[in-house]
Amino acid sequence: MNVSNKVAVFRKEHFNAAHRIFNPAWDDKKNFEVFGKCSNPHYHGHNYELIVKVVGEPDPETGYVMDMKKLSVIVKEEVLERFDHKNLNLDTLEFRNLNPTAENIVKVIYELLRKRIDTKLDLLVRLHETERNFVEYPA
Amino acid sequence: MVYLTRVEHFNAAHRLFNPGWSKEQNEAVFGKCANENWHGHNYELFVTIKGEPDPNTGFLFDVKRLSELIRDHVIEKVDHKNLNMDVDFLEGQMCSTENLAIGIWKQLQPHLPSAVQLHSIKLYETPRIYVEYFG
Repeated sequence: MNVSNKVAVFRKEHFNAAHRIFNPAWDDKKNFEVFGKCSNPHYHGHNYELIVKVVGEPDPETGYVMDMKKLSVIVKEEVLERFDHKNLNLDTLEFRNLNPTAENIVKVIYELLRKRIDTKLDLLVRLHETERNFVEYPA
Repeated sequence: MVYLTRVEHFNAAHRLFNPGWSKEQNEAVFGKCANENWHGHNYELFVTIKGEPDPNTGFLFDVKRLSELIRDHVIEKVDHKNLNMDVDFLEGQMCSTENLAIGIWKQLQPHLPSAVQLHSIKLYETPRIYVEYFG
């Protein structure tokens, strides 16, 4: 029987940020109709919980899928330093022209991390915006 | 004596910033929490009341009524808001979790019947940071 040797490793992080869901092509009335209180012009905020999943075969020499310390440094440099205690709409290049919905944030984080993680490893990112709302990419 | 707790949550933006200080002093004291464009949190609110159950209902207080009081006097004022700019009961105050807990106490206390005492406001700013206020 062909048994997979692949193992998934996970790293959890969190960051706190302000945002506003807003489509600049629409007027305030339409934004409010579609996005409700999430469109408050003075922003609101969240404690984002981030779970990064890396899948691969453990290296025969180290026993590691990936050095978790290195993964934590990558997440810190690419995600936390960019987004923690920031206003996603105003303080980040990534969301200057992109609505900072949980869906768009998780895709941006995936792309930032994908560039830094060995292509032989699979990557999946889950982002909790609240305890009960979370998204995953790729789906 | 019975204690009863209702748990609610809200999401808000804020900034720790003392307008009487320079930008440098604010950054030295509050660090990244002073970011001029705000940041935000998912707040978890635990409102605990205490008293004796009413012999006719078995209730200390109708929890549905308690949830409406919290919704009308707290959640509607703070949820998806900017605590520094949008909240009347925090006007002129530093938007720390400590002051927010005290403000929430003051919002709720006058609306409880005399047989019911407010015991505590427990407020989580992050899963690992919370404050408690007992009046």
